[in-house]
Amino acid sequence: MTTITDPPKQQFRLSMLIYDTRYRSATIQVVALIAFMLLAAWLIDNTARNMMLLGKTINFGFFGEPASYDINQRLLDYTSRDTHLRAALIGLLNTLVVAILGCATATAVGVLVGVLRLSHNWLIARLMTIYVEMFRNVPVLLWIVFIMAIMIETLPAPSAFRGDNATASMLLGDTVALTNRGIYIPEALFSRSLGDIHFFGASSLRFDVSLDLIAFLIVLGAGLWASHRIKRRADRMQEETGNRPTTWYLRVGVVLVPVVILLVALGFHLGYPELKGFNFSGGTHLRNSLIALWLALSLYTAAFIAEIVRAGILAISNGQTEAAAALGLRPGRVMRLVILPQALRVIVPPLISQYLNLTKNSSLAIAVGYMDITGTLGGITMNQTGKELECVLLLMLIYLIISLSISGVMNWYNESVKLKER
Amino acid sequence: MSKQLAYVRTEMLPQQTPPVTSVGMLGWLRGNLFSGWLNTGLTLISLVAIIMVLSAVVPWVLSPTWQATSLTECRGILHELGRDGHFSGACWGVIRDRWVQLFFGFYPADLYWRPILAFLLLAVALAPILFSDKVPAKLLWFSAAFPLLFPWLLWGGAFWGPLLILAGLVLAYLVFLQVSRASSTLPGLIAAVIFAAAWFLWGMGLITGAINYGLGSARMEGTRAALELRVDGLETREAEIDQAIASAQDAVREVMSGEAEAVASGDGAYRALIARAAAPRDRLNTLQSEKALLDEALFSAQSLLGRIEVLKGQEEALPRLKQEAEAARAALPRTVRKIDTDIGLEALKQRILSGEAKVPAEDMAQLDRVLGLETNLRSVILAIDRTYADVAMIGLRPVTSRDFGGMMLSITIGVVAIACSLPLGILLALGRRSDMMIVKYLCVGFIEFIRGVPLITLLFVASTLLNIFMPPDTKFDIILRVLIMVTLFASAYMAEVIRGGLAALPKGQYEGADSLGLNYWQAQRLVIMPQALKISIPGIVSTFIGVFKDTTLVSIIGLLDPLGLSNSIRADANWNGIVWELYGFIALIFFLFCFGMSRYSMYLERKLQTGHR
Amino acid sequence: MSELTTDRQIDRSKMTVSDEIAVEIINMNKWYGTFHVLRDINLTVNSGERIVIAGPSGSGKSTLIRCINRLEEHQSGKIIVDGTELSSDLKNIDKIRSDVGMCFQHFNLFPHLTILENCTLAPIWVRKTPRKEAIDTAMHFLEKVRIPDQANKYPGQLSGGQQQRVAIARSLCMRPRIMLFDEPTSALDPEMIKEVLDTMIELAEEGMTMLCVTHEMGFARQVANRVIFMDQGQIVEQNEPEEFFNNPKSERTKLFLSQILGH
Ligand SMILES: Nc1ncnc2c1ncn2[C@@H]1O[C@H](COP(=O)(O)OP(=O)(O)O)[C@@H](O)[C@H]1O
Ligand SMILES: [Mg+2]
Repeated sequence: MTTITDPPKQQFRLSMLIYDTRYRSATIQVVALIAFMLLAAWLIDNTARNMMLLGKTINFGFFGEPASYDINQRLLDYTSRDTHLRAALIGLLNTLVVAILGCATATAVGVLVGVLRLSHNWLIARLMTIYVEMFRNVPVLLWIVFIMAIMIETLPAPSAFRGDNATASMLLGDTVALTNRGIYIPEALFSRSLGDIHFFGASSLRFDVSLDLIAFLIVLGAGLWASHRIKRRADRMQEETGNRPTTWYLRVGVVLVPVVILLVALGFHLGYPELKGFNFSGGTHLRNSLIALWLALSLYTAAFIAEIVRAGILAISNGQTEAAAALGLRPGRVMRLVILPQALRVIVPPLISQYLNLTKNSSLAIAVGYMDITGTLGGITMNQTGKELECVLLLMLIYLIISLSISGVMNWYNESVKLKER
Repeated sequence: MSKQLAYVRTEMLPQQTPPVTSVGMLGWLRGNLFSGWLNTGLTLISLVAIIMVLSAVVPWVLSPTWQATSLTECRGILHELGRDGHFSGACWGVIRDRWVQLFFGFYPADLYWRPILAFLLLAVALAPILFSDKVPAKLLWFSAAFPLLFPWLLWGGAFWGPLLILAGLVLAYLVFLQVSRASSTLPGLIAAVIFAAAWFLWGMGLITGAINYGLGSARMEGTRAALELRVDGLETREAEIDQAIASAQDAVREVMSGEAEAVASGDGAYRALIARAAAPRDRLNTLQSEKALLDEALFSAQSLLGRIEVLKGQEEALPRLKQEAEAARAALPRTVRKIDTDIGLEALKQRILSGEAKVPAEDMAQLDRVLGLETNLRSVILAIDRTYADVAMIGLRPVTSRDFGGMMLSITIGVVAIACSLPLGILLALGRRSDMMIVKYLCVGFIEFIRGVPLITLLFVASTLLNIFMPPDTKFDIILRVLIMVTLFASAYMAEVIRGGLAALPKGQYEGADSLGLNYWQAQRLVIMPQALKISIPGIVSTFIGVFKDTTLVSIIGLLDPLGLSNSIRADANWNGIVWELYGFIALIFFLFCFGMSRYSMYLERKLQTGHR
Repeated sequence: MSELTTDRQIDRSKMTVSDEIAVEIINMNKWYGTFHVLRDINLTVNSGERIVIAGPSGSGKSTLIRCINRLEEHQSGKIIVDGTELSSDLKNIDKIRSDVGMCFQHFNLFPHLTILENCTLAPIWVRKTPRKEAIDTAMHFLEKVRIPDQANKYPGQLSGGQQQRVAIARSLCMRPRIMLFDEPTSALDPEMIKEVLDTMIELAEEGMTMLCVTHEMGFARQVANRVIFMDQGQIVEQNEPEEFFNNPKSERTKLFLSQILGH
């Protein structure tokens, strides 16, 4: 073997920063970081100078001032004398309410439509296609104002329910009233109520929790847990003996019976909306804006979910159905044991990103006057206090936190699915 | 006879028709609609639902109200047909009256050819990209130049504007080439960026100013004479139009004088009357819009003429004003100067007003005087510059962003955002896949941030914060600000689409490029991106559809996209109360656009699946 | 594995090994994370040598030849190609990559470019050859691998064997001094293997320095002047083909040969 002399030890030269793979990436990163910091510094400096010219300072003191505007759809108590902070809190809860309602409805409708699109019934499949294309290809904002207009223009005014020759009447045995001011539904009341617990005294973050609700949830949870235990026992029996005992009546009973007993004990009854004067009172009032937003977001998102579900089922079903059927599994079991577990893996990630979209789209509430976080913090509060910088940045931060939580759930799901794949 | 095991067919069987129940109309119906109780039930329910919806919608749509000019007339026509009540029929007159506005907003009517041409050329520019196999690649040059042509056509302005931008880009590229040949790519890139920043922040302004001054001085006298002639001509024309309008009004009034009678007689007389009135009304409308245009032209000619008249005086007064301002500033009392004058006098005043610093009242008056003088000086300089610029202007008449609206605005925002977000998205996607941690996390942070907040909050940034983020005195136009934010928004989504495309490429492609000695950017440009982008086209198209639909959000911050216009149309007394027709029409247009594009992307997906790979 | 690859007479007139050193690898080690893939590799390749590298799957053959043009980075030791040491200096890497051609198991042709464009891409952008000249060169090599008539087709329209020959031509267009082959035939059907091997033999006949990872033992016998057997990241045995096949020294080699030759 020939030996070659060692090349002279390389001195560090400046050009090595760029031509040497060891330093090159560090150089580029440092340049990128410096460029980024310069940009940030430039923006911050501009902002500071502009704020000075406008005679403004950055502070969040306005949160302690009275909001002096009204929010008509709310979960917690609120008056216009409350602070901007409380208004923002009410808005945030409203955002979450419409997001959760929307996601639930969108999933239900979307899964139904997605499955029906694959139906062998030509008419049904076509109708569902029309639904999907119609909702997907028209902006969601248009759907929101459109459904809002339908509510206002086509539903009767509360006065139409009045008198002997009323032109409108309540539905479902006089329990639900559809009016152009919103929908009135019965509310849950307890005659032997356990009362509320109050948190945070009289501060802006105060809230009450109903003990009735807590008791209900505890009993329900215990029932579900017991039901789950029964199922586990049946599973074990099946593993050991091969036969599965019939347990469904036990499982239903163990959930239902204690709940019913509790409700009776608490004196549960429904409070119905009633026409008093020119308007309904009693019951729960869902405003037009909430209904319009909820319906529009759900129907719009459901169109996308339907496509996801359809694609998920199509991606799995071909060979797998045949293989499972060839093993002698019945169609119901094929779906439950073979198709669904696999299809869910394909469906869930894009489904969650649709939830994310729905939540972000709920900010369009501002177009119909539903007071969500955008309508309160980014709307009236911002306009009243003139604190654009603080309000918009905080608004973005809140949405960012919500979004990151949702994508955190998605990542967790993806990880857990990946683990099972091994 | 022995049992025969062997068998030979001597005669082939002819083909037979299958049983009736499995083919033909009947077979199809049985197979697809009525196979079982559940299916039959579903079919019947859907049929009932379809019939109910159609029986409500079809009569409403079929409503002979095309020629009505107000909601009242629509109601009259429907009443005459015996159709009363809320949903008796649509009032299509509003569409006839306003569809042009729904497409063009308040863009000057005599300049409609510009957006139309811009969008036609857009199709030409897109053709070599979308249909790469059918259109010659030479057209790509046009596609490359189009981003400069497009805004010029829409907003107008002097022709050297786009040329100077082009020159800036070309020069930056030359700087890049020179520096990177002398040392290497990275310094080249930095030098080019610095050059471009300098060019666009100062250089272009200086050159434009020089051109304006030179050309303006040369053309001053000629322009004045031409303007005088033009004002005369316009005034004569205006007088003619006024007469024509008067006679058209008479004609309309004459027809409509029979209105009460027609309403009373019923029997289609009212409809006939409205139809008869349509022609004179159209003429009146045309004349009136011509008069509006004339007024505008006359006004701008007269004001320019006026500004030319006072130009000389302004220029003469300039040195004196300058001197006065400087002297006053030098004479500022010590109390004022003691506070930090470096931050600018305006900020100083704010500081004093907010009570942070105290000065005696007479010193404050002195400060106010200086501020007043300086403001006045600036406005005179600005006025002189504007006059020169207006006189020097050779090019397309400028249109302000306030006049943009309708579908044109939506398409403009969508197209510009997607076009600009593509390069940005490519860079972000590459950054996110890079193994350089800092670069990667910067990109991830940006992408996740943008994707985590709703577009509406970004639009709030555009409408309230973007000007605060820019150096004081920069005044960005609202549409430009919206374009910037929507572009950033789209680029984050684009980055994710392209990242998907990149991930779908086999590793061998990178290795093939590496083994041939291509460097990173060459490999990206020549080997990786052409393939990754091709795979991503369906995703890019659906991002585009999403952004296009999201352009409706600009109505929330007060821009007049179709949805925003629908509110302003409803504010017109004639159309107060119209809801469904407008929403329906807008929804239909969006549907046609988006549905068409999604079909195109499906076609692409199929083509890609069967294409050579 | 097919024992005999070709029935043609091989012209050995130009297959001469010179004293010049083409590749020198000294005490080279490489790890993937904590996994030691290449252990203390020492190898000297003279100009004009045809070396076949064999060994069981996962033994580090690919990693070794990919280190030679820096598709993988080695962590210790030296690799000197054509007198240039492979260091972290980008300019050296660029120079070596354009001097060393490589063919992959899965061809790695660029599917969006025609055959001709595949062949002219690197000469134009890396070597800065005028387009016309690059096309002439490309056509020359395409003729050599006997597919000039396919020049304007896309890779997807060609058979596997044709694609691999295009890949060889694409590398040759850079006028490399050394060619690396990483299992060029193992993704191909038997009748296509022959056409690719023929092309490689022709290349050898012209005196090209070649390092081939292959399981084509017939090719090794007929063309190689040295066979290297690798296992577990080490060079276990190297010898002239006759000796290597007829008289293997190490137990591992014997086991490997008995498996691959099917006795
Ligand atoms: N990128 C990589 N990361 C980690 N391990 C790798 C990587 N590439 C190859 N290896 C491992 O290195 C060993 C040698 O691989 P390779 O050189 O491809 O073997 P051969 O080509 O001989 O079959 C194998 O065990 C393989 O699993
Ligand atoms: Mg290998």
